[in-house]
Amino acid sequence: MAVGQTRTERDWRMRLQDWLPKLVLSPSVAMTLLFVYGFIIFTIYLSFTGSKMLPSYDWVGFDNYRRLFGLSAWTTALINLAIFASLYVTICIAIGLSLAIFLDQKIRGEGMLRPIYLYPMALSFIVTGTAWKWLLDPGIGIEHTMHLWGWETFRFDWIKNRDYAIYTLVLAAVWQSSGFVMAMFLAGLRGIDNEILKAAQIDGASNWNLYRRIVIPLLRPAFLSAFVILAHLAIKSYDLVIALTGGGPGRATELPATFMYSYTFTRNQMAVGASSAVIMLMGIAAIMVPYIYAELKEKN
Amino acid sequence: MRVYKEMKASVAVAALVLTAATANAQEVEVLHWWTAGGEASALNVLKENLQAQGITWRDMPVAGGGGEAAMTALRARVTAGDAPTAVQMLGFDILDWAEQGEVLADLNEVAEAENWDEVIPEALQRFSKPDGKWIAAPVNVHSTNWVWANKSVLDELGIEQPGTWDEFIAALQKVQDSGKVALAHGGQPWQEATIFDSAVLATGGAEFYQKSMIDLDPEALGGEEMVQVFDKMAQLRGFVDDNFSGRDWNLASAMVINNEAAFQIMGDWAKGEFLNAGKVPGQDFLCFRVPGTEGNVTFNADQFVMFAQTDEGKQAAQKTMASAIESPEFQIAFNKVKGSVPARTDVSGDELDDCGKLGMQQLAEAAEAGTLLGSMGHGHANPAAVKNAMYDVITAHFNGEYDSATAAEELVNAVEAAQ
Amino acid sequence: MSVATQDSAVRTGRITRTFIYVFLIFFALFYLLPFFVMVINSLKPLGEITGGNMMALPQDWTIQPWLSAWSTAQIGVEATGLKPYFINSILMVVPAVAISTMLGALNGYILTKWTFPGHKILFGLMLFSCFIPFQIVLIPMARVLGELGLSGSTTGLILVHVVYGVGFSTLYFRNYYAAFPTELVRAAMMDGAGFFRIFWRIMLPVSGPIAVVCIIWQFTNIWNDFLFGASFAGLNAMPITVALNNLVQSSTGVKEYNVHFAGAILAALPTLLVYIVAGRYFVRGLMAGSVKG
Repeated sequence: MAVGQTRTERDWRMRLQDWLPKLVLSPSVAMTLLFVYGFIIFTIYLSFTGSKMLPSYDWVGFDNYRRLFGLSAWTTALINLAIFASLYVTICIAIGLSLAIFLDQKIRGEGMLRPIYLYPMALSFIVTGTAWKWLLDPGIGIEHTMHLWGWETFRFDWIKNRDYAIYTLVLAAVWQSSGFVMAMFLAGLRGIDNEILKAAQIDGASNWNLYRRIVIPLLRPAFLSAFVILAHLAIKSYDLVIALTGGGPGRATELPATFMYSYTFTRNQMAVGASSAVIMLMGIAAIMVPYIYAELKEKN
Repeated sequence: MRVYKEMKASVAVAALVLTAATANAQEVEVLHWWTAGGEASALNVLKENLQAQGITWRDMPVAGGGGEAAMTALRARVTAGDAPTAVQMLGFDILDWAEQGEVLADLNEVAEAENWDEVIPEALQRFSKPDGKWIAAPVNVHSTNWVWANKSVLDELGIEQPGTWDEFIAALQKVQDSGKVALAHGGQPWQEATIFDSAVLATGGAEFYQKSMIDLDPEALGGEEMVQVFDKMAQLRGFVDDNFSGRDWNLASAMVINNEAAFQIMGDWAKGEFLNAGKVPGQDFLCFRVPGTEGNVTFNADQFVMFAQTDEGKQAAQKTMASAIESPEFQIAFNKVKGSVPARTDVSGDELDDCGKLGMQQLAEAAEAGTLLGSMGHGHANPAAVKNAMYDVITAHFNGEYDSATAAEELVNAVEAAQ
Repeated sequence: MSVATQDSAVRTGRITRTFIYVFLIFFALFYLLPFFVMVINSLKPLGEITGGNMMALPQDWTIQPWLSAWSTAQIGVEATGLKPYFINSILMVVPAVAISTMLGALNGYILTKWTFPGHKILFGLMLFSCFIPFQIVLIPMARVLGELGLSGSTTGLILVHVVYGVGFSTLYFRNYYAAFPTELVRAAMMDGAGFFRIFWRIMLPVSGPIAVVCIIWQFTNIWNDFLFGASFAGLNAMPITVALNNLVQSSTGVKEYNVHFAGAILAALPTLLVYIVAGRYFVRGLMAGSVKG
């Protein structure tokens, strides 16, 4: 009798142990399904309705998408995103990698330099926006200061120029996240086994070759993580544009995120905004799904 | 007679308020974007007034983009089924909400008791009383076709206050020749649209403004006169310094204050910057209507729109608040600080400064003559979608993307696409 | 964690070293520049700024703007300064970070040590959720908060931040725990240790480095959030970013730039502090977990 009881008790405990992980995981999964995927489906649905100021539920088919791609501002936003994202990702990785490699050379004062490189990631553009705007303004910022210092021919008026303003966004965005990328590469570098490097040096490899042939290939995972984080930051860039240029001069620095917000909330064309959001989501999925797939497959 | 009427009004309101007062805690929650400095402390006058009547004020300030962030917050609140009691709003946003059916409260009782129909200009009633139902209490009237000028710069160069558009251009030219900045301007779409209001008026007067900006008549929008309007914009563009784009309007005002620039075209809120810098109207700086637009006033009016409440205490508090907003004391106290003029034309403007008095007088005249027009630049001439479409074209033209003829064509297309 | 301080084996010459120092210092100055602008302008009277002297050092040093931004500046109708909103933000950030980190740790533990069929798909779904543009969730989220009766409250904001933070924290912990020997967990199970006991006794004690990364990441993101704060917070829950924005963005009022800059730095202090104090553990944590992929 006593033995039997223990057995059922153990069975029960086993079953509980079996169910417990799923039970603990379920709130997170439920939240994700509702608040992420549920809302995505809602947005997709909205993009096929005639919603203006608040959601409405009259079906209009692909009208909004037709309107969206008829708007020159949307095309501009997409082109801008292509320019912005490619430069931003490339430059951040280049600077982050260089800083990490240099910082890894027994540098005196590393403890002081590292937080200086990292701190911009801690600040939002609501905080630094005005300072950046002033620095970039030729009348009061860097150009003006250079003139005061006697360099009269110095020109830095990109933010006022329709063709160059997008590059000032790149500049400020690189300022914010390249230090973070540096940290990721530094972590990768410190994780490399020094024996490999020593062996290569004994074989007579130059520093340049050492990094090109051995170290950088070993940093592959760090490159991948950096790429994904930067790409998603690029697509979501919103505060930056609002703080720096407000989308101007003209609408030269409009990005999809600012476009979407303005159509959904300030222009009272919620359905057009929703359709631009759907296109953005498709773009994000195009980048993320292969990454997630690779991430999951590798662990097999 | 008048005194009697007012007495009757206050008694009626008091009775109205008393009937519901007993039931629930009286409370108003107010969503607004007067979040900093003088305008916020001006609003505090209203808060204290209500508190003296036993009403709790729950403040809900959300700044950003001339109310854009506040409007987003409002949509979230209404969707959540938790609408604030009163919301600061401008022009067509009010009408958009009025179209949403039953979300707004009915202020007709208060309005009738206090005779709002008579004392508030009809041009404002278009927004506060659509379909014969009062839904909002106007707080103030700003007007946008003002020029702010540095007197000492003008005196130095021997420039008289210009009376016509051509004189204005000649004056600007003279300043530019002297090496100073002629027109202080910040290159943000709304600032360009503010100037555009005046350019339209100076070209074709009130009738053309009505046709093109308010009725959106394609012929007026794309016609020869509109090309002239854009030509005027191009003229003004020639007098702006190279660093204009993205500049805050405050910094443009500072240029005039600091003797770096002679003129700025900006709404009457710019006065606050001058006063704050210790400048005296008439002595240090001049305020006058944009030459060529005299007799017309383009306005934007801040209003508190009342959202429907189920709680009786809140309903009562809402009515008291509406009544307090229209009280002459608050109208004066608030507008003295804000730089605008009272939303009712029957209060005395003795306490205002010279620019304020001038503004009040011109507002009353324009209201009488039917030349008080909603400002396109500030969302009082057409709906948000159309307004932003116009912004796009105006800004593109101002930045040299289109010539005037193309701009007029594009204006027709953009407005059509937005409707 | 001795690896973190291990030096590279590469030998460099004197010229190369000089170049490296110049390069590093140049970038340090580049990163500090905007902050420098903010600090000097927060220490001068307004007249000096609008007088056109924006990049120069103050002639009249003053801390008045700082006092004003902290306790007397007008934010909404109340002249309270940023102080009360600072407290709101703390009340929101601490639980939100704690809950999302804890959930992330549990999820990571389950997804690596208690796997079941389909766990990869679930993880993929959660991971993708990190990358959605938040603007699209505003309206439906408002509706849900309204239904739950959490509209305008700090609890509501905490919920929102946990929901959209849990994806990243799960990612961090999962990658970290994946490298942890499963045999140890198995052995503990054999000894009869249960689900929570193993988590508590075995996993948590080794989670220090990744917890630091996760906390820094969540803290920065939640503290700096403006969009959710502006849309979902009532007066008593309004976070400091919204208050700061209220301070600096008044549309037709006089702009007190010196107070704005002082306020901006005040609002950023906690995140700056976190980066400076915990920054040295940050690289270690990244090393230990997330970048190994």
